[in-house]
Amino acid sequence: MVIGFKDAAKLFGISIIACCAAFVCTLFLSYNVDLAAIKSEITMESEAALYNAQVLMGRVVAGVSGGCLVITSVVMLLFYVKNYVSSHGKELGILKAIGYSEAKISKHFWVFGLPVLVGCALGFAVGYFYLPTFYQKQAPNLPALTPKFHLSLAFSLIGAPTAVFIAISTLFAYLKLKSPVLDLLREKQRYKVKIGKDGKEGEPFLKDLRGVTLKSRKPLVFFVAFSAFCFSAMVQMSFSMNELASETFAVMVLSIGLILAFVTLLLSLSSVVFGNAKTIAMMRVFGYDDKTCSRYILGAYRPISYVGFALGTAYQYGLLRLMVSVVFAEIGNVPKYAFDFGRCLITLALFVVTYETVTFLYSLKIKRISVKSIMSE
Amino acid sequence: MIDANGITKSYGFGENKTEVLKGVDLQIADGDFVVILGASGSGKSTLLNCLSGLERVDGGHILYDSVDITKLSDKELTNFRKDNIGFVFQQYYLLPNMTVEKNVRMGADLAGNGDYKEIIEAVGLEAKLGKYPSELSGGEQQRVSVARALAKKPKALFLDEPTGALDEKTGRQLLDYVCKLHNEYGFTVVMVTHNGNIAETANTVIGLNSGKIAEFYVNENPKTAYEIGW
Repeated sequence: MVIGFKDAAKLFGISIIACCAAFVCTLFLSYNVDLAAIKSEITMESEAALYNAQVLMGRVVAGVSGGCLVITSVVMLLFYVKNYVSSHGKELGILKAIGYSEAKISKHFWVFGLPVLVGCALGFAVGYFYLPTFYQKQAPNLPALTPKFHLSLAFSLIGAPTAVFIAISTLFAYLKLKSPVLDLLREKQRYKVKIGKDGKEGEPFLKDLRGVTLKSRKPLVFFVAFSAFCFSAMVQMSFSMNELASETFAVMVLSIGLILAFVTLLLSLSSVVFGNAKTIAMMRVFGYDDKTCSRYILGAYRPISYVGFALGTAYQYGLLRLMVSVVFAEIGNVPKYAFDFGRCLITLALFVVTYETVTFLYSLKIKRISVKSIMSE
Repeated sequence: MIDANGITKSYGFGENKTEVLKGVDLQIADGDFVVILGASGSGKSTLLNCLSGLERVDGGHILYDSVDITKLSDKELTNFRKDNIGFVFQQYYLLPNMTVEKNVRMGADLAGNGDYKEIIEAVGLEAKLGKYPSELSGGEQQRVSVARALAKKPKALFLDEPTGALDEKTGRQLLDYVCKLHNEYGFTVVMVTHNGNIAETANTVIGLNSGKIAEFYVNENPKTAYEIGW
């Protein structure tokens, strides 16, 4: 069969995201379940308020982080399966041509669910072993909590996501394989970009190239924006968490944010370079220099990344306001939260340096695209 | 004038090393229509790529008038291609998500050619300006590819088996367009083919065999695309 474990291994980005999601959810959901077990031991009013706040925070964090990460993973998976079917159209088309049904071929796409299994299992394991430290730091004023292993939680955070992702990849592959055999064999792509409709007729080639680069691969726009969003939200949130929660919490938020930001940015930019390799090669044949290729293809994503950054800033502000005013409302001694413009600027500066460095590294990759390798395809 | 001396080129290393060009010497006059003829594996496409500055040679020199392109840096070579060279490939390599107009502008904008629509008309595609490559036939796509190459007003047009993926009718039509445009604009044409009949349309024919020039002759009476066999 044309699909192997090697192909699934390329989805390591999903493994990392799944790992982060499972880690966060393991910590907060285990905490909530174990916390419920000692509810009867809480008698003081201040403890009850803290208990309620902790339960609510656990739900919000697990829901928001887990939800965001699951959506990202699903988009990433769909994008990868779609690209896989497009780039392996010849092999898949031949299988269909000789009589394999769509269902028979698509069931082999189950391997794309494996990265989720690996990531979730790892995230759950790391989270589980970190529970004692987390419990201690999370609520030192509540009665002592002992972490317990919850089979239902293990299933919900490992088994269920794996099953869902296997189902999604096989179903989506099935739908993609419904294309006519000849279209698959010719690796025919259906482009929906209509320049005339956008009123762009007569615009210079390079200006149009930017728009077409963005429109032809919309999921990449999402990923670039999402990576900037993660960077912005998590770095700024980690600054605030240091004051509102604890240093451990701040480090955790920062690490997850940076991992997510880098993984999605690296994956999306490498997809941009790979997906536009033919265009770049032809531009170079015609005499466009490497700088121009980078500026108009990689540079097309720059404004998107800043939009992502702005959204991330707004998101973290909104989330922390919500946490402070709703979740911690009943607890005393919670520091006031206000938007910190200085930290926002520091984060922006860090983001600009990081983004431009990564973009520069990928522009070097563009330089290495061999015209001959494209021509011999 | 393109003056190539002692061109050598090989691929691979050690035992896997294959010598593709084994000391090729040739001269192509400005405005000439040259066909490089050879069987599969004779090195004709490699020679075309080397002559056009797409590939680096291992040895020898390629002079365009007084400029030795084998001595140019990557950046200088890119600039050289931008100012002097046009390409047409067997597989067209059009940008699939751009219309005919935008594909042609890819070449035209480089040369600041605002009259690019003239060349689209010259290849008979004025009615297909807003169409995408997937909406065109193979012959039409190849004509877009020719228009794209010529829109940058190159001094030399290199064509690698331009009719290789076309049927006889569209192949003849394309060849006719190339001949007519060559006569009208006067650029140098270097075309690679394995089809001996097509060589009859050229002024100069260079036969290549196993990386060496096997024959070189001037065609006194070149035929039109519709006079040759196929």
